[in-house]
Amino acid sequence: MLYKETGQYKSTYKSDHAIFPLIQDKIAFSTLMFIAFLIIPFVINSYWEKAILVPFLIFSLAAIGLNILTGYCGQVSLGTGGFMAVGAFSTYKIMTYFPDLNIMIIVLISGLITAAVGIFFGLPSLRIKGFYLAVATLASQFFLVWLFNKVPWFYNYSATGQITVSERFLFGIPVTGANAPSYATYLFCLVLVVILGFAAKNLIRSKMGRSWMAIRDMDIAAEIIGVPPLKTKLSAFAISSFYIGVAGALYFAVFLGAIEVTESFDIMTISFPVLFMIIIGGLGSMLGSFLGAAFIVTLPIGLKFIMVDLVGLSAVTAKHFEITIWGLLMIIFLIVEPHGLARLWSIAKEKLRRWPFPY
Amino acid sequence: MSLKDLKDIPYGKTAIELKNIFLAFGGVKALTDVSFEVKKGEVFAIIGPNGAGKSSMLNVINGFYKPTSGTINFAGTDRGEMEPEFAAKSGIARTFQNIALFKGMSTLDNLMTGRLLKQKQNFLMQALYFGPAEKEEEEHREKVERVIDFLDLQSIRRTPVGSLPYGLQKRVELGRALAMEPEILLLDEPMAGMNVEEKQDMSRFVLTVNNELKTTIVLIEHDMGVVMDISDRIVVLDYGKKIGSGLPNEIRSNKAVIDAYLGVADDD
Repeated sequence: MLYKETGQYKSTYKSDHAIFPLIQDKIAFSTLMFIAFLIIPFVINSYWEKAILVPFLIFSLAAIGLNILTGYCGQVSLGTGGFMAVGAFSTYKIMTYFPDLNIMIIVLISGLITAAVGIFFGLPSLRIKGFYLAVATLASQFFLVWLFNKVPWFYNYSATGQITVSERFLFGIPVTGANAPSYATYLFCLVLVVILGFAAKNLIRSKMGRSWMAIRDMDIAAEIIGVPPLKTKLSAFAISSFYIGVAGALYFAVFLGAIEVTESFDIMTISFPVLFMIIIGGLGSMLGSFLGAAFIVTLPIGLKFIMVDLVGLSAVTAKHFEITIWGLLMIIFLIVEPHGLARLWSIAKEKLRRWPFPY
Repeated sequence: MSLKDLKDIPYGKTAIELKNIFLAFGGVKALTDVSFEVKKGEVFAIIGPNGAGKSSMLNVINGFYKPTSGTINFAGTDRGEMEPEFAAKSGIARTFQNIALFKGMSTLDNLMTGRLLKQKQNFLMQALYFGPAEKEEEEHREKVERVIDFLDLQSIRRTPVGSLPYGLQKRVELGRALAMEPEILLLDEPMAGMNVEEKQDMSRFVLTVNNELKTTIVLIEHDMGVVMDISDRIVVLDYGKKIGSGLPNEIRSNKAVIDAYLGVADDD
């Protein structure tokens, strides 16, 4: 009853192929956008910005990137951390050499550089698949992190090996650096996520997305209907890396401000969590990327709240428990709903359609 | 090489000519000195016992296997070594013996993949999904909807094909090949594992495609009744060699063919 499509006729292919074909979806999405753009910026405080909203937006972007590669094109990658580091260090170097360049352009160029690196590390995908490709991308993770650690040029020969962001303005308001107000960093990330999110959805529902899925589902048949495997796989690597690179640039410039590569872009802090995001959210689902990112970002906060504030454990004990519970939840999740949160949502929609009548 | 070549040949003239095809995988000789030609607009059947090299023959025609020696001729021009993509671009579509659909995608999306080669917009336009990109998408959707109507697939448009029953999957696969608007359609056992009604439906679709769209059809099939009924000409393979060719009636009475199918007495 609540989620009823009866009476909503589609008379054009355009309306049938829309991103939100049902009026309910349109209303829900508009409300969400209204809250995100016109309410949250006025009520946001530093805690919400640093702990939840900005990391959620940045990891959504990374999850979309990995979902394009793994969920839609079927190429497993464990190199997310390495690619995010490429985005971060590109931003740093461009900021050093072009002090006057607009931050928006810097972030997008960093994405393009990461895309080029992604294409290079995607080359083995023509020959190897599955677990073997995962291991090959793992090499990119370790190699890139090692590279940014070993070559002093990347961190401008600073003694600590850290890179620190300098202040950049957009419309006269600082969006990077220590003085950036919460609403500015939040809106900057939000705008990028919305634009790039729509771009990704459009790619997926047109020719490129169908080529990716064809390669994922049956590469031989794809080749015979005229999908070139090398070009298609590399395009997935390039576009996926672009998203991950932009996420890396934001992670460094807007979120953390100062990073040390081995700590910030480790496989345990980035690559695995982002992979879990798309598995828990739903492989091959845009909504899943967002749900997964929200789940992984808020889970530690929720667990800490329960264990420290409600149960009264010490912060250190809670931290240890957190990892255990995290792993446990992951296993339970994979057994109960292997298709992720996006699938739960579509089951819920089906239920809402019929509610309150069971049949 | 342009798409026109196969299109431009008049009906009844040779569309594909295979000359002295040899194909070997290491020591295994899959095809030995096979030659035949397919005329434009006909239903051409390749038959033979299991392991005779029929599927290998189709794989050679659409460029998936490279013959060890021999020449393939499309529309009077020698094709040499070619990639499957090239065959697809020249207007050759095929279905597979073991269904090769994209299982995670809906029926509609599977059929839309048949249009991929004809979609020309670059990825930036697709990302913006605006103007020409959107229009192109709708044009191809319209073509695909015609195929959906023809094959009665309306009710399963949004169903992921992995969850469809076998007979319907075969039909969707035919649909994907038809969405490519091919000049030549290669069908690898389109009726394998079907019951009589499904076979009748499938035969009807194949004949309609041949009659109405004038598509040339190359068919592998084990059901002799179907083969004799719907094909114009037949070639018979056994152990990778051609043992007979001709009209259905000639094949029916061909001694070598009967021996291959029924066996030969030793004390002959």
